[in-house]
Amino acid sequence: MKRLVERSAEGLIKACGFASALTVLLIVFFLFKEGISFLNSSPVEDHHALFVHSGNPVTQLEEGQIKDLFDKKINHWKQLTDYGHPVVLLTANDLERLFTPEQLGNNLEYLSACVAHYIDTVPGTLAYFSERQLSLSPAIRIVPVPNISLWKFLSGRQWFPTAQPAAMMGTLPLILGTLLVSLLAILIALPLGLAAAIYLAEIADPRMRNILKPVIELLSGIPSVVYGFFGLVVIVPFIQNLFGLPVGETALAGSLLLAIMALPTIITVSEDAIRTCPIAVKEASLALGASHWQTIFRVILPYASSGITAAAILGIGRAVGETMAVLMVTGNAALMPTSLTQPVRTIPATIAAELGEASFGGLHFKALFALGCLLFLITLATNLLVERTTSKSRKS
Amino acid sequence: MIMKNSLLFTALCLLGYACGGPGSSATKSITVKGSDTVLPVAQKTAESFMAANPGVSITVVGGGSGTGLTALMDGNTDIAMSSRDLKADEKLKLQDKQIEFEIKTLAVDALAVIVHPSNPVQRLTREQLEGIFTGSITNWKDLGGEDAPIVVYSRENSSGTYEFFKEHVMDKKNYASSVLNMPATGAIVQSISQTTGAIGYIGFAYMTPEVKPLEVSYDQGQTFVGPSMESAKDKSYPISRPLYYLYDVKNAEKVAAYMDYVLSAEGQQIVEQVGYIPLSK
Repeated sequence: MKRLVERSAEGLIKACGFASALTVLLIVFFLFKEGISFLNSSPVEDHHALFVHSGNPVTQLEEGQIKDLFDKKINHWKQLTDYGHPVVLLTANDLERLFTPEQLGNNLEYLSACVAHYIDTVPGTLAYFSERQLSLSPAIRIVPVPNISLWKFLSGRQWFPTAQPAAMMGTLPLILGTLLVSLLAILIALPLGLAAAIYLAEIADPRMRNILKPVIELLSGIPSVVYGFFGLVVIVPFIQNLFGLPVGETALAGSLLLAIMALPTIITVSEDAIRTCPIAVKEASLALGASHWQTIFRVILPYASSGITAAAILGIGRAVGETMAVLMVTGNAALMPTSLTQPVRTIPATIAAELGEASFGGLHFKALFALGCLLFLITLATNLLVERTTSKSRKS
Repeated sequence: MIMKNSLLFTALCLLGYACGGPGSSATKSITVKGSDTVLPVAQKTAESFMAANPGVSITVVGGGSGTGLTALMDGNTDIAMSSRDLKADEKLKLQDKQIEFEIKTLAVDALAVIVHPSNPVQRLTREQLEGIFTGSITNWKDLGGEDAPIVVYSRENSSGTYEFFKEHVMDKKNYASSVLNMPATGAIVQSISQTTGAIGYIGFAYMTPEVKPLEVSYDQGQTFVGPSMESAKDKSYPISRPLYYLYDVKNAEKVAAYMDYVLSAEGQQIVEQVGYIPLSK
């Protein structure tokens, strides 16, 4: 009977283990399935295309050129190709202005003819229409837009996922922003956290420890939105005044806030690691004449190094994946980060801010999943890296 | 130990999710989902509608215009709130699925362009606003203010407000990359109130004394109009947009009573209380 209970308990635990492993795998599979389907799709909306006069020699248009054309930064075809006409833009919004309802027909049945005629008479036209609305005629042709490649996705410097007619999905500023904010956060948090952990484990008297430890653990229970609000109201103006900046929402503000948020994890985990150092080892060190400080730095810390590394990994994980707090204090401008006192946009903040409004299954939606894949790979890489270095140091 | 605990916890969560599916209720229930801009109106009208009709329960959920429209297409909500019109790809999707939406305007929202109260600039033309948000004007001294850099705040690129401002103020040009995107209107107000060189736009309902609204001109600087309930009602204030309720035509009967209530004089009074501009009859 007892055996049966034990066995079923064992089976249950095993099932739990498999279930959670399976969940993780399923999430990763789902993420990559959605994310990868994004690559090699067209940046132009489904069933839409750019039309020009058939005499226009332009071979293809990149997203950046399309954006400049529609922002009226490129005004003349000469800037792109050997074609001597100024650029005239034509979209569905211009129809009412150019044609009467009679010309277009009740159900827009004459739309094709109207647009074709217009392009024929204005040779510099660049028209953006649905392929269903506009049938091809000898006077007009479609300009091909190259698909989004992995290289363009990773190295593009402009993030305009909702730009019309062609979305710009350059994630380089987002990747660099995420790395900058989290690395700086861990650089601030790790020494501070380690110092606090050593103090708590080795130096503080028990009464002090009994007060400090619960307070620090309480910090990790604060919701990240509350941290974000605190950052926006306290840290952001503080940084703005300290450096005399025009704007306080900066990478530095995000890093400081993330450092504060990562502290409890780092302190608790590394303190636990430090406390696992056997008393015999400590006493041996002291008996050999080493001072308390020497014991801490030469004996206890090396002994606890794997635990401290785990603390660092958890801290980095928290920093890289943190969403809400960063969203509120970093300003979210998708600029290439050049200094710490400049707004940045991170990957998690981008996903959180944009996913709610993106149309389900659309290009933007898939691009956000691809960003999720990137984030996953970044955390995976940091974890592997740290794991590697610690296993090496443990051997030596 | 921690590891085992977390495994157990995950398993319990999964179990809980599997068992606790959505329950059905005996009363007639309507779900309203979508734009956070429309949310306050939906909440208030739903509350008073339910108070008058005890047999009906209305659930109001935010999440953004896109979320609401997606839910409506998938049949997960009865009414979608939206602060923007349907996008081209959404219209195509409707055609493919052979669904027809009824789209009703329930209120009008005026967007106020706001700056820090200490900013001496009082008024801007549309062209100047376009220059500021596209990044070609970067210093207040070009606009008659002090020699200080302009810090531009905007909503996130997925928000209906973002699209509306781009279309109606910026002549459909793209925002500059240096524009700061804030996750919520409240965050824009907070940031502008503590940044002297800041400019941004917010829904009229969010106006507070900590920020200063600018007068705007759409006729190259001949007439400037400030945002107010009066100027929005008589349509002299140029930056205003409709707020929508959308529902499936097949579902019209189910939502009719509530829709009528929102569009009635009583419902429109709530619209005005919340801070939006009621529809003029």
